[in-house]
Amino acid sequence: MSSQPLIELTDVRFGYGERPVLDGFHLSVPKGQIVAVMGGSGGGKTSLLSLISGRNTAWSGEVNIDGHNMSGLSPKKLYALRSRMGMLFQFGALFTDMSVYDNIAFPYREKTDLPEPIIRDLVLMKLQAVGLRGAAHFMPHELSGGMARRVALARAIALDPMLMMYDEPFTGLDPISVGVVAQLIRKLNQTFGLTSIIVTHDLTESLRIADRVVIISQGKVYRDLSPQEVRESQDSFIRQFADGLPDGPVPFHHVARPYAEQLLSEL
Amino acid sequence: MMNVLDLIEGLGASITGSLKRLGLLARFFINLLRVIAPMLKRVDLHIKQIYFVGVRSLAITIVSGLFVGMVLAVQGYEVLQRFGSVESLGSLVALSLVRELGPVVAALLFAGRAGSAMTAEIGLMVATEQIAAMDMMAVNPMARVIAPRFVASIIALPILAMIFSTAGIIGSYMVGVELIGIDSGAFWSQMRVSVDFRVDVLNGLYKAIVFGIAVGLLSVFEGYYSAPTAEGVSSATTRTVVISSLTILVLDFVLTVLMFRGLN
Ligand SMILES: Nc1ncnc2c1ncn2[C@@H]1O[C@H](COP(=O)(O)OP(=O)(O)OP(=O)(O)O)[C@@H](O)[C@H]1O
Ligand SMILES: [Mg+2]
Repeated sequence: MSSQPLIELTDVRFGYGERPVLDGFHLSVPKGQIVAVMGGSGGGKTSLLSLISGRNTAWSGEVNIDGHNMSGLSPKKLYALRSRMGMLFQFGALFTDMSVYDNIAFPYREKTDLPEPIIRDLVLMKLQAVGLRGAAHFMPHELSGGMARRVALARAIALDPMLMMYDEPFTGLDPISVGVVAQLIRKLNQTFGLTSIIVTHDLTESLRIADRVVIISQGKVYRDLSPQEVRESQDSFIRQFADGLPDGPVPFHHVARPYAEQLLSEL
Repeated sequence: MMNVLDLIEGLGASITGSLKRLGLLARFFINLLRVIAPMLKRVDLHIKQIYFVGVRSLAITIVSGLFVGMVLAVQGYEVLQRFGSVESLGSLVALSLVRELGPVVAALLFAGRAGSAMTAEIGLMVATEQIAAMDMMAVNPMARVIAPRFVASIIALPILAMIFSTAGIIGSYMVGVELIGIDSGAFWSQMRVSVDFRVDVLNGLYKAIVFGIAVGLLSVFEGYYSAPTAEGVSSATTRTVVISSLTILVLDFVLTVLMFRGLN
């Protein structure tokens, strides 16, 4: 059964209110891969992660994670599945009233019956993995953005998940920290045998660490390519990402009525 | 004509809005009640929250209690003097405090001091995705974050109300006996005779428990459903204080009618 994909989305339709954000969405991720998901702002990348983690339910279609259909999963089963997922939030989402050490110890203390000495060793191991063993006693507000994200990473992998989700892990970081976090994601994926989904705007880093680059547009997967194919692509849409052009096939403007009409109309 | 229609439409919208929120509150309360019992064995979490809400409100409660007691003594003495029964001051002060002012004022102070702090704290946890992160770790934030704070309010507020009443009695003793010169023996014995443990002390305590439930629920609810922005958190904090205060006063009226209606 190892050929079965870890993540499988089939004809998914999902949105907020009336308007669908994802429509006719298909995605399949086999175990062990790193997939970079790219797309315009508001394109539904964060929504995609919320579907995979079961924080939202698809309107129609099927979301299958490790053989479990996410719709109709009982809260208990959902939590059981989630304890095998890790999510890195954009700003880390560290518990601000706890030290770095206690943040990483949190999942062990809440989800296991391990005695404190063993938890201590596990926490130090995870901190060592992200290079921050020396910062164990810091409070979150004493950390730089890059350090906070690494601590959050250590916390997210605490319970050895099978699946890691990263929501824009590189935004707001200096170039060195971007490199550090990117290499960590790669290294963790290899050493712990994870499967990773990275939502990002950073094509350079994605190309460096991902096995596949999935580009979302208009609620669908627009292209599903290897890094090599992206580099060589002449597609104007992909070049817009690669070269960082503000306007192009991915519009700069959110959906709106014509500018002139709105300026001339009454309030 | 248009204006009237707009007005009616606005009124209707605000009524359905309020009803929706009330429904949300009811569902939230039921979900909260479900997770409380299994959480109670986590004594450390509760002690920490009781410390936060209780100890932080302690100073303001004692100082306010003292001054309210002192004012009661001055006002009470002035009125009782006209009827030549100044020695009843002890009973007047104690009854007012234990039945009414203790629970009500302590609850109002609690809403302003601890309730608003709880809302802001939870609101920030929502805004910074700490709640979402916890949920993603398969730890139920309702059980881990919300329940202990709610329970802490229910435990802390009755204690604070008793402390308030005690401080008030001490304050009125200082002014009535030490300053004005009412006989100390009469002050205490009148108090002992007129204050009934079951009718007065217990009923006052029940009130405080009900206020603890109300303020605790509203504080965590407003925090949990605050918009994830700075303004969202600040307006949620304001709402906690305003709605809690009104709720306390309305509940106090209802409870007072229910409790003391049958008495003489
Ligand atoms: N909780 C919500 N309620 C209503 N609408 C939402 C909500 N979350 C997202 N949306 C809308 O859904 C669309 C997709 O949002 P989403 O956050 O998934 O995009 P994204 O691809 O992650 O964008 P970004 O790159 O800016 O983070 C947006 O138009 C957004 O306005
Ligand atoms: Mg997003």
